[in-house]
Amino acid sequence: MRMKRWPGKRAPGLGGVMATLAMLPLAGCKYSILDPKGSVGLQEKNLILISTLAMLLIIVPVIIMTVVIAWRYRASNEKARFEPDWGHSVKIELFCWGIPSVIILFLAVLTWNTTHALDPYRPLADGKKPITIEVVAQDWKWMFIYPEQGIATINEVAFPEGTPVDFRITSDSVMNAFFIPELGSMIYAMAGMTTQINLIADQQGTFPGMSAMYSGRGFSDMRFNAIATTPEKFQAWVENARKSPAVLTAADYPKVAAPEEKAPVRYFSKVEPDLFQQIIAKYLGKAVSFNSGMKE
Amino acid sequence: MFGKLTLADIPFDQPIIIGAGGFMGLVVLAVLGAITYFKKWGYIYHEWLTSVDHKKIGAMYIMVALVMLLRGFSDAIMMRTQQAMAHDGLPGYLPPHHYDQIFTAHGTIMIFFMAMPFMIGLMNIAVPLQIGARDVAFPFLNSFSFWLTFVGAILVNVSLVIGEFGQTGWLAYPPLSELKFSPGVGVDYYIWSLQLTGLGTLLTGINFFVTIVKMRAPGMTWMRMPIFTWTIFCTAILIMAAFPILTVTFGMLSLDRYLGMHFFTNELGGNQMMYVNLIWAWGHPEVYILILPAFGVFSEVTPTFSQKRLFGYKAMVLATVAITFLSFVVWLHHFFTMGAGANVNAFFGITTMLISIPTGVKIFNWLFTMYKGRIQFTSMMWWTVGFMITFVIGGMTGVMLAIPGSDWVLHNSLFLIAHFHNVIIGGVLFGYMAGLTYWFPKAFGFKLNEKWGNASFWFWLVGFYVAFMPLYALGFMGMTRRMNHYDNPDWTPYLQVAALGALLVLCGILSTVIQLVVSIRNRNLPEYQDVTGDPWNGRTLEWSTSSPPPFYNFAIIPEVHELDAFNEVKKRGHEARAVPTYSDIHMPRNTPAGFAMALLAGVMGFALIWHIWWLVALMFVSIIGTFIVRSCNDDIDYYVPAEEVARIEGLHRARVASLEMTHVA
Repeated sequence: MRMKRWPGKRAPGLGGVMATLAMLPLAGCKYSILDPKGSVGLQEKNLILISTLAMLLIIVPVIIMTVVIAWRYRASNEKARFEPDWGHSVKIELFCWGIPSVIILFLAVLTWNTTHALDPYRPLADGKKPITIEVVAQDWKWMFIYPEQGIATINEVAFPEGTPVDFRITSDSVMNAFFIPELGSMIYAMAGMTTQINLIADQQGTFPGMSAMYSGRGFSDMRFNAIATTPEKFQAWVENARKSPAVLTAADYPKVAAPEEKAPVRYFSKVEPDLFQQIIAKYLGKAVSFNSGMKE
Repeated sequence: MFGKLTLADIPFDQPIIIGAGGFMGLVVLAVLGAITYFKKWGYIYHEWLTSVDHKKIGAMYIMVALVMLLRGFSDAIMMRTQQAMAHDGLPGYLPPHHYDQIFTAHGTIMIFFMAMPFMIGLMNIAVPLQIGARDVAFPFLNSFSFWLTFVGAILVNVSLVIGEFGQTGWLAYPPLSELKFSPGVGVDYYIWSLQLTGLGTLLTGINFFVTIVKMRAPGMTWMRMPIFTWTIFCTAILIMAAFPILTVTFGMLSLDRYLGMHFFTNELGGNQMMYVNLIWAWGHPEVYILILPAFGVFSEVTPTFSQKRLFGYKAMVLATVAITFLSFVVWLHHFFTMGAGANVNAFFGITTMLISIPTGVKIFNWLFTMYKGRIQFTSMMWWTVGFMITFVIGGMTGVMLAIPGSDWVLHNSLFLIAHFHNVIIGGVLFGYMAGLTYWFPKAFGFKLNEKWGNASFWFWLVGFYVAFMPLYALGFMGMTRRMNHYDNPDWTPYLQVAALGALLVLCGILSTVIQLVVSIRNRNLPEYQDVTGDPWNGRTLEWSTSSPPPFYNFAIIPEVHELDAFNEVKKRGHEARAVPTYSDIHMPRNTPAGFAMALLAGVMGFALIWHIWWLVALMFVSIIGTFIVRSCNDDIDYYVPAEEVARIEGLHRARVASLEMTHVA
């Protein structure tokens, strides 16, 4: 086929611009998704780059072909062949179905493998014992409960670098999404249910975290800091929280969980055991009255 | 007496809202005043309000779409300005309560009241003509469908001034949309306006399905059907299968909100994940309901202006049907982040990617249609080439989002926003604009100004890239959607560039407005007039009748012997020059019943929103009553006498002949 000669002779089309756009971020560190600080995020970045490159193999030629064909067969170009009744060619049809199929076959295999490898529920194969942190999305703040350390915080979470973190997530309000862009995957937080995500930070730093699912008026400020630090400094952070005068009992919980915008960071030196399970359980309870949903 | 409605529900303290509402009120008053001044009420009533003519209904759909485009775009530019301003602790000029309504309204309006009416308008104008039919299968139903969409659009606009609109995002995910978290009337406005227009759309789907199955001209077998009609056929199937899901889902949400049930609440066994599944089981096919007709337009425009037959007609049909089926097995890709197992996520990721194969085939087929053609670069062809380049980029980012591993970091980010605007602007909108320009002379008898049409294209194209490429980048920077304000200084310049892009798109929209004004003003000039009915040297049957077609479309129903029926007739020469013998034509009578029932349904929707129960009951009874009265009316059709047909056709022929004379002279 004749168009095989065309690619390369022309300036890159918009696909090329797109490719540049995709590569450009690698230089700067403000592109958090493309400059990840943990192995989950790193694999996801690589997945994005590999799949993009595979698709550019077909996208760029198509864009170039579009421009070249449109230009070459313009009405004013009398020299170009004109075959008004030509509308079928088995060879070209095979090419039209074949090329996309090959690319999609490659991407399908890639998808199957990475979806399993990166499954948020899968514990990270690191050998190290993970730290468990329970996360509760509230209106409009994040509560973190450390069952092993017996402390709780609002809008700040810390963990040692290089240690897998097993986040158990629920919501005490509407649907939210728990997301620390520099570490990788997000997952929904839903009332009455637990979702789970395994993440790891391979270097120290303070990474912004957020809700990635609109949840009402205070949503834009529903942000927290995730601090990855040395085991020693993490221990000091826990000790600091333990010095806090505030404690979190089941009786106090409704006050703490009440809707609040731009909530400041708070620490609780003690937390009711099983609070996380209680928050989930309260949505599994029995009916109060027919109208209970309306009166609230 | 007035349910929940009080004077306090009109936000007099909000200058932006009152200003916009006042402006809209003034426009409505000016239009009504003009109709009265020019004594056009009779004309409006007899020719438009009561019309069951598919061409007029189509034109009205497109008018609604263009007006709502202005409304939806006002929301868009307000969002872009807000995000460009609200950085580093600045609040911007829109508080969350207002801003959240704006992004909810923007999505709702653009999909339900801009894109859908635009698409249905195009299919109303073109499909019966393409298949050689005199009207749709159920003309009265068609009128009712349109007016339902119309009153739905009115309700959305009423919410601007009386009460509020939803603050939930355009799909109103529960539990946020439940009474506990959204106690105001906003979600109720959302539900009832969409129920009305959704019902109208469903009825349209049924109507066009039956029309295409039953009313094709003799000889038009399935594989001789124009591609646009094929895409509308598949769209009609998608509508019939998907829209009932939407109706039921909103119905369940209403039961939660009105009767205290617990389908989707947090408590008592409500399941929010079920809503998300259901809404996307409608929502993903909806995407293809929008894009397939656009593909159909490109499949008509490309051969016409390449002056060549469509490449791979059979492959095109096969690809369209494949997309139709696949569109029902991909809905889960909208929530890979909900915590489904890896097998489920991978399955839906792969089915999603499969769609890019038939879509890719389509792109290649348009390419090879242009190949060895003689391409006339009208504005319609520019829209097409712009589409092909832009859409493949959108397709690529779509596949990126279809890979669960990538979606887990890109979901709900501005990358997603950029992706779907990439395919909806670059695909749907470009297609509909090309379709509008293409069939405008058919509907109205004169062409649109090309200079302003081209200007619109270039503004839209450049504006799109300037507005949305920064959003792709922001997605990689971890910026999520629907933010009212933010404190990351790195994002600000990108959002300011995006706001500039929105201004360019504004110029594109203004160009279209100017294009319409200029064309209407110059409609009698010879270079605008479409005397023959075939301004583009078209290939399908709609171009074989006059522009605008007589109300009965075809004096004699054409016989079809091959694909591109009209092109073949032209190739053989006009053997049909001899004056044929006409016979009486059976036509439906106009009726005010569709308009009346829809209007009553609109009032009922308003009463439901404000809990004005006596009015709900009254309107419900009135709708049923109107329907019974209409059903008892036997005088719903009539015959156009053959002499009248001969007279109308004679006028058209005389006009064509006089034009040919002037050309010879």
